[in-house]
Amino acid sequence: MDREIKTALVTGGGRGIGKAIALKLAEDGYNVVINYSKSSKDALETVEEAKKFGVESCALKCDISNYDEVEKMVNDIIDMFGNIDVVVNNAGITKDNLILRMSEDDWDNVIDVNLKGTFNVIKFVSKYMIKRRKGKIINISSIVGVIGNAGQSNYAASKAGIIGLTKSLAKELASRGITVNAIAPGFIETDMTEVLSETVKSSMLNSIPLKRAGKPQDIANVVSFLASSASDYITGQVINVDGGMVM
Amino acid sequence: MEFEKIRDIIVEQLGVDPEEVTMESSFIDDLGADSLDIVELIMALEEEFDVEIPDEDAEKIKTVGDVVEYLKNLEK
Repeated sequence: MDREIKTALVTGGGRGIGKAIALKLAEDGYNVVINYSKSSKDALETVEEAKKFGVESCALKCDISNYDEVEKMVNDIIDMFGNIDVVVNNAGITKDNLILRMSEDDWDNVIDVNLKGTFNVIKFVSKYMIKRRKGKIINISSIVGVIGNAGQSNYAASKAGIIGLTKSLAKELASRGITVNAIAPGFIETDMTEVLSETVKSSMLNSIPLKRAGKPQDIANVVSFLASSASDYITGQVINVDGGMVM
Repeated sequence: MEFEKIRDIIVEQLGVDPEEVTMESSFIDDLGADSLDIVELIMALEEEFDVEIPDEDAEKIKTVGDVVEYLKNLEK
């Protein structure tokens, strides 16, 4: 474990996979900034839990789809902690529908938060990472971005977009000691997947060789690895964490 | 003098010796800069001189002399 105290930003870090990631990084000894857009209660609870690991933590409200708000958030983090060593672009939303019934807003909102939001955060954080010649950028994509999913064309497109963004930036920033990787979670037990019907759930479980859904912790463990110096020679990769669903 | 201030920024950004930086030095061919170095340099100049250098102007900047000339013209 590196001795210098590092700072990590986790977008959408108050709930679900983001919360597990934030707490894992706190456990690893990072100061953790938890970004949230709506539920300050969840974010503040996560902050309190993170602090139990003896690190500093705070919650910052910011709609990551808003370019100016993100710039302000990143500047605030630099003012508070001096730098950002790890950024986990986790915040994401779904607005599922079949294409015939998908509204323009359903499409735009999902792309704006999931894909543009990831761009916005990297845009402002990378400036500081480039200056310091180091950094770890970890983007949470989805297995759906790799294989597609009926009823999720907007979500799948946003998550596939994140993969293209990841690979391009891995090439662009490699010479500056910054690695950029993506994680593609499969079927993970969160609020986002809880709303799925039993039929959908059971058909998904049947397609998973390990025959069970993943837990947020399974994703957090891979983030922990990608944030650490143990993964310094890995960049531009998409790591599927899906119980073997896609091979 | 403007040139010295600009030279110092170039020295810091590109990690070269001050003697290497002349009006004729090309960032890419003589000073070993890559495209990202040039973007960083432009951003550092913007910050230092409190100016905004649009992309279409930045693309034309190839040598140290180009920078000095460009900033001089902005002052007018």
